[in-house]
Amino acid sequence: MSEITKDLHSEHMVINMGPSHPVTHGTVKFLATLDGETIVDLKVDIGYLHRGFEKMCENGTWQQVIPYTDRLNYVSPLINNVGYALAVEKLIGIDIPERCKYVRVIACELSRMADHFTNVAASGLELGAFTAFLYFVEARDLVWELIEMLCGARVTANYVRIGGLKNDLPDGFKEKTVEVFKKCRGLWEDVDKLLTKNRIFIDRVRDVGVMPADEAIAWGFTGPCLRACGVPYDVRKAQPYLVYDRMDFEVPIGETGDNFDKYLVRMEEIKQSMHIVEQALDQLPAGPVNIDMPQYRWQSKDDIYNRIDSLIFHFKTVIEGIKPPAGEIYHAVEGGNGELGFYLVSDGSGKPVKCRVRPPCFPLTAAMPRMMKGRLIADIVPTFDMINMIGGECDR
Amino acid sequence: MLADLIESIAKIVFIFSVNLGFFAPVLGWVERKQSAVMQDRIGANRADIFGYTAIGLFHSIADAIKVLCKEDFIPTGANRFFHTVAPFVSLVPAIATFSVIPFGGSYTLFGHNVHLVIADLDVGILFIFALASLSTYGVVLAGWSSRSNWSLLGGLRASGQMLSYEVAMGLTIIGVIMVYGSLKLTDIGAMQADFFRWGIFMQPLGFILFLACAIAENKRAPFDVPEAESELVAGYFTEYSGLKFVMFWMGEFLEIVTIGGIVTTLFFGAWHLPFVTDQMLLSFFQFAGPNGAVILAMLVNIATFFAKVVFFIWLQMAIRWTLPRFRYDQIMRLCWKMILPLALINILITGLVVLLWIK
Amino acid sequence: MNASVTLNRLSERFSGSIIETHSYKGDDTAVVKKEDILEICTFLRDDEGLRYNFMMDLTAVDYLGKEPRFEVVYHLYSLKYNRRVRIKAGVSGLDCNIDSIVTIWESANWFEREVFDMYGITFNGHPELRRILLYEGFEGHPLRKDYPIKKRQPLIGPNN
Repeated sequence: MSEITKDLHSEHMVINMGPSHPVTHGTVKFLATLDGETIVDLKVDIGYLHRGFEKMCENGTWQQVIPYTDRLNYVSPLINNVGYALAVEKLIGIDIPERCKYVRVIACELSRMADHFTNVAASGLELGAFTAFLYFVEARDLVWELIEMLCGARVTANYVRIGGLKNDLPDGFKEKTVEVFKKCRGLWEDVDKLLTKNRIFIDRVRDVGVMPADEAIAWGFTGPCLRACGVPYDVRKAQPYLVYDRMDFEVPIGETGDNFDKYLVRMEEIKQSMHIVEQALDQLPAGPVNIDMPQYRWQSKDDIYNRIDSLIFHFKTVIEGIKPPAGEIYHAVEGGNGELGFYLVSDGSGKPVKCRVRPPCFPLTAAMPRMMKGRLIADIVPTFDMINMIGGECDR
Repeated sequence: MLADLIESIAKIVFIFSVNLGFFAPVLGWVERKQSAVMQDRIGANRADIFGYTAIGLFHSIADAIKVLCKEDFIPTGANRFFHTVAPFVSLVPAIATFSVIPFGGSYTLFGHNVHLVIADLDVGILFIFALASLSTYGVVLAGWSSRSNWSLLGGLRASGQMLSYEVAMGLTIIGVIMVYGSLKLTDIGAMQADFFRWGIFMQPLGFILFLACAIAENKRAPFDVPEAESELVAGYFTEYSGLKFVMFWMGEFLEIVTIGGIVTTLFFGAWHLPFVTDQMLLSFFQFAGPNGAVILAMLVNIATFFAKVVFFIWLQMAIRWTLPRFRYDQIMRLCWKMILPLALINILITGLVVLLWIK
Repeated sequence: MNASVTLNRLSERFSGSIIETHSYKGDDTAVVKKEDILEICTFLRDDEGLRYNFMMDLTAVDYLGKEPRFEVVYHLYSLKYNRRVRIKAGVSGLDCNIDSIVTIWESANWFEREVFDMYGITFNGHPELRRILLYEGFEGHPLRKDYPIKKRQPLIGPNN
């Protein structure tokens, strides 16, 4: 047999699943060296969506960073907003009002639902289950309607402020949520019936993209991909922020770390997020949503136009930026993909010295070659989908 | 002589117009609308003529016009001859296979024996398989001649898949041939006059295996790995545009119709209405006179046949929009390790039954 | 208070290498000498009482005008003890290299490539130190404070 192959002049084919490819929907380049259909080597090239987030942040004031954070993980923008605002508030050392914490939790969980809906939908689409994709896209659209009701924009939310929020919950939000969740639960059941017990789907995703738990930790996995490997690490439970310690929710843990476990973990997390939002809406206390410290958070426009001290604070914070005390902190929240950490360095002026995002999908994408060596080229599709690499977050 | 000629030409014209003129454009509309209904959306409904949108039917005309106006390019360095020939090689067998499928029985019309099939070959079923094998060439040539790694992968996958499933398909049919004792499709159709002698009751396992193999042969989901759009961009027809691209698509759609036709003929009673024999039909239409009755009975049979074909078209579309697609090695494993042994077991059991009971 | 357990153990083990420790706003931080970073990280990962098995983040900060100019910052997390620690190693602008810790945590691979890309700090012993987020022909290291934000690059210049 080896004599036959010697004369065949065969060589490995290098194929470029380049930045424009239906499956690389975060703009990533995979250079796959193939032996037939088996992947001999896989090189991952990112950076096609690098926009210089950190440099831009260093060039503007602390508040001007918030629209940039929207564009990090653009399928769950509110989580990025909340993460950054919490980090700056930790740096300053202020505590926001209770109502603000609950509304931020609602915003985070709605975003997380949108993120998981998008991810499972895209995976279904790329495996050929077009119908499941469209069902979850409808569910995502309903969640976006809620977010639009909340802050006026579906994706580039720009909702959270340092020391509060842009606006309080609108009227009728709770009723609309009840309606939307009923529809979303129905669609969840539909997609569950289409995919979870579907032999073809299971054949495609089971035992593909397996990562043993200790290797996953060494590679820096966090989030649903790590929990699918069996490691029970969720920032909301390990180091609770906002009011997550008062919420009753479970964190689904997988077993083998293959794509099927990642899918199941994400599906269950959608349900848990809906549960959290419902609890938060029930427990919502009355009160202000913005902290009353005008040197960090503007007062209402009414005050600014009529009172000289509010006007002065507004002027100073807009022109020079808010001034956290000099120092550095690191704060982590649970993003849609894992631990979203912000490392902020301040020198007491209105502009950050360093505004670093720890992107959860960066180490996940780095581990693609490890998961794909020796597998078939068709396995790149479910594995890359389930990692949920968001270009904006990985490349910043 | 002249009567034979007129009859043949009439049949050819009829089948051609039904296939190319009706099924090919309408199947595009069916795909869009059926998927839209299944996915809780409206589907394409914008193309209009003077403001009348016929629920999206005009999109087929719009597609045809668009396709004819597109630039026809051949990638640099590609093999020009094979690149151009490949869509033809893929399309012609899809149209030609319909020539042996009977869409009605045999009648005496104006003193002349009319068989409602374009070519009543002695080797009926084998002709279909022979042509299906030819269409493999079209796919492989397209993949090879496009000088693109993606097309090559698609062509490789297609060649392996189609060859394997032809083998399996052939073996699944042997049971049917054994039961009905003939290769001629007209004979098999005629023998299903009695409802309980329909192929589905005689060969239930054969039906399921054959349907799976035929869908795999047609490269439709869940077996559409050669053109898996999420992995291979568009697989073997990545480098095609315009009319040649449409020829591949038309070949696929027409093969859906052909599969529907074959399945109907072999397993679902061909042109017969259940529990209704030709005699009953002729006596029912006696008011129209002898020739008129025959014509009306012919029309009923043709309508029944095409109604069953439409049902199978619907079934294949529904399968396509529900199931995700297999991985390539899973398709191969399915064929060689599951369908083939089951087909052999089917042959064995059928042989025993035929030997002991029917003879 | 378990917050300073890490700093205490680090101080008693590596008293020569540690320049400064603090716990500003609850974040344990240790500033260390860059020569001992490999030993310190191995100790942090393997010591039974510390078990920092996650390397969450690896980045650098440019303090232009201060000496050392750069500070490579490592954020570690221990799953078992639910603790975080930050290790900072000063790297001077003239001797711009530090040992790579890719042998300790696999996740350091891409993070170090990003620091090299953005700041120009080379990591000794890194298997594949090349640019990751920017393209190969890019000139300069953009996150340095002396890189002007509006600088044009040859490939996208107006004459092209």
